[in-house]
Amino acid sequence: MFKKKSKELVSQTGENAIANKETEGLSQGQIVRRRFVRHRAAMISLVSLIFMVLFVFTASGIHLGNETNPISFPGWWNWSITDIDPNLTVSPEGIVGAPTLDILPSFIDGTGMAIGAHPFGQDDIGLDYFALVMRGAQQSIVVMLIIGLIAAFIGTVVGAVTGYFRGWVDAVLMRFTDFIITIPAIIIGSVIGFQFGNLGVIFLATYLGLFSWTGLSRLVRGEFLSLREREFVDAARVAGANNARIVFKHILPNAVGVIIVSVTLLMSGAIITESALSYLGFGVVPPDVSLGLLISKYQDSFTTRPWLFWYPGMFIIAIALCINFIGDGLRDAFDPRQKRRITKKDRAEAKLAKARA
Amino acid sequence: MRRLSALIVILFGSSFIIYNLSAISGDPLEALRISQDPNAAQQIITLTRELQLDVPPPLRYFLWLKGVLGAFVGQVDFGMTRDAQSVTAAVAAAIPTTIRLVVGATVIAIILGITIGIVTALRQYSRFDYAMTFFAFLLFSLPIFWFAVLLKQYLAIGFNNFLAEPQVSPPWVIGLGLASGLFWGSVIGGDRRKVITIFAVAASTTSSLIWLMGAIDWFRNPGLGPIVIFGASVGIAFAITHLSTGLTVKSALRSSLAMAVLGLVAYYPTQWVLDQDGHLLNFILLGVVTIGLAVGVSFVFAKIDRGPVIRTTILTSILIAGLILVDKFMQTWGPYMSTDAVNFRPVPTVGQVNDLLEPGNFWFTTLDILMHMFLPTVALTLISFAGYIRYSRGSLLEVLNQDYIRTARAKGLTERTVIMRHAFRNTMIPLTTLMVVDFAGIIGGAIITERIFGWVGMGTLFNQAINSMDLNLLMGVFLVTATMSVLANLAADLLYSVLDPRIRVGK
Repeated sequence: MFKKKSKELVSQTGENAIANKETEGLSQGQIVRRRFVRHRAAMISLVSLIFMVLFVFTASGIHLGNETNPISFPGWWNWSITDIDPNLTVSPEGIVGAPTLDILPSFIDGTGMAIGAHPFGQDDIGLDYFALVMRGAQQSIVVMLIIGLIAAFIGTVVGAVTGYFRGWVDAVLMRFTDFIITIPAIIIGSVIGFQFGNLGVIFLATYLGLFSWTGLSRLVRGEFLSLREREFVDAARVAGANNARIVFKHILPNAVGVIIVSVTLLMSGAIITESALSYLGFGVVPPDVSLGLLISKYQDSFTTRPWLFWYPGMFIIAIALCINFIGDGLRDAFDPRQKRRITKKDRAEAKLAKARA
Repeated sequence: MRRLSALIVILFGSSFIIYNLSAISGDPLEALRISQDPNAAQQIITLTRELQLDVPPPLRYFLWLKGVLGAFVGQVDFGMTRDAQSVTAAVAAAIPTTIRLVVGATVIAIILGITIGIVTALRQYSRFDYAMTFFAFLLFSLPIFWFAVLLKQYLAIGFNNFLAEPQVSPPWVIGLGLASGLFWGSVIGGDRRKVITIFAVAASTTSSLIWLMGAIDWFRNPGLGPIVIFGASVGIAFAITHLSTGLTVKSALRSSLAMAVLGLVAYYPTQWVLDQDGHLLNFILLGVVTIGLAVGVSFVFAKIDRGPVIRTTILTSILIAGLILVDKFMQTWGPYMSTDAVNFRPVPTVGQVNDLLEPGNFWFTTLDILMHMFLPTVALTLISFAGYIRYSRGSLLEVLNQDYIRTARAKGLTERTVIMRHAFRNTMIPLTTLMVVDFAGIIGGAIITERIFGWVGMGTLFNQAINSMDLNLLMGVFLVTATMSVLANLAADLLYSVLDPRIRVGK
């Protein structure tokens, strides 16, 4: 397995030429966009994530406000998370509350495709499970976005300030970061829960976001520490640029790749964290629903009514998987050293162009 | 030193804040206040006196701190839990459980993850690379509490059911064979004909092996026996030599092969030693003898440049010793399964040990602990090793693009030397710091895993402390985990600058 490399080395100069040809005359942003669009897995994930978000949000509608004065935009799905359907569905095998969704066409299992009254089945008291899962997925996405935004903002600001100014600012802020690392978010959650009662998912996401920027700030700080020593920063300073200009115009655009990538990873982690906290009972609490809560509630009914367990899990995985792939695509797109795979077609085209010349 | 003192200040500060926050976050007497029990009032008075609840929290923190700082005069006192049990004892009992749960999983995850990560980096953009990337992201996105339920159902209960009737059905034989063929074919790689050959060989070997194992009732009475061990040892000798020094170094190959022969010779005497009592001492003795023998053998075979040969031989001999140990456990498997406590359902889904198992037999108890570790370890490993695959792949790709790798290749070094000596070592630098932080995190981290599998470790204590407003217990757990994480971050920074001299820490 070690032998193959020598041949590759020989052809490397040729491949570099092919790869360089593609980026001629393009701005950094254009190169990144092109590379990202070409990353197949990332594009598929992006499209399916957008589809999933639209589907989930339109299905159950948007519900804001508290219980006394709710602000609701109803979705297209005809059951809400509190509607109980007294007529439980019964599958042909006699299982009560079974999913009516049938995606196999009739030439495979002979029954044909159908959505039915309750595509994801019903829970033990007759609530429509599709509505519950949609609502849970909605919560997860909201939590993910809020955590990502807050953590990205605080992490970047702290990292940039400490990395750029160094000295006592760095010392103080990094010790503050160490301090935040030691505090478990669960404790803060339970304090807030006790003092103010259940404040809903947005609040949960906000305080989780306030505790999840530490890793990002360390990363950004490292990036700034090394970028500020580079020649182009010196050049800008000599040319009379002030600190704000150097940070925003010269350093930040070079660090934005690292930031975006680690924020996407943070977001996929956040979705798992939220469901884990809800699973333990420290996150979203009933009567509100979240995917973690649904799994925790129905994990014992796995053998008898498996759909109560499968669907929420599937949605967590699908969302997190999409985010991860998008992050991977972005990482590849932002990495200047990353070379695209040179296919046989590329080689043939390069040869053809050479011959023509 | 300055950073260390800053860390101590941080720990004081955060413990003060956590203490007060959790003190105002709940009333530990709430359950008693609303209780109808006639003794409730009495209990409230007792608890108030014992936990000093009449002192306001900020002052109570200093009382608590006085106990903790007693560590410096030899009298550490973390206070009492609600059940009038010493917190020190509770935490001390929980730490080994947590370590048992997570250390094994983390070590396996690191080894497997780095290996697969390196193979995917070397085979960048191959099908294996794509498959592993997808697999890693899938595992990354799995919530453990969801995944654990699936593992319990399909791995534990499924395997137990299978053991009741250990006949492998033909679809399984063929399926597993094909899977193994695909795996090895894509790992080893090469041109199309080579891949197809490897695929065919691996598929047919695996299928026939599994069929044979089913036919001789191996799953109920497994074992390797001296012959299989010898064959595997020879294979290990070749593989380790290839990776460590290259097969061209004849002295290393010869001394590794000699260790394989010695392993065969030592098989029966070792069995006798392992059956004796006083096991821990025996293990240490066997380990020392193994390493001593390895060093001796390499001195015989290598006249000059002994270092790499000794290293290779020691690695080989440790793996061979491991094989013999595995064989011993396999021999215990049959009798273990037929005990009343196990009753042919060896993979447990919850708990740390089987209480029904009679104590006394060292091999039974050890195997029992291992079997209880099995499911949680699998779950934790699968979830955490995805990260290592990604990191080691990215890190190696980064290193392979560096100029010194080009220099090494241009000098005419073999690809093996370039990868193992120049690239691999530099790949490990960023990974080391990752591992340090990871290890610290897991000491307090496995709350969910512990809960699903019914273990009582640090995570369970933490959960319990929060739910019952047990302040002293909470602070005990918090202090341990916070100290670990702060220290690990410091260690990671220092280690980084030691491994990579270009990085300066501090001024």
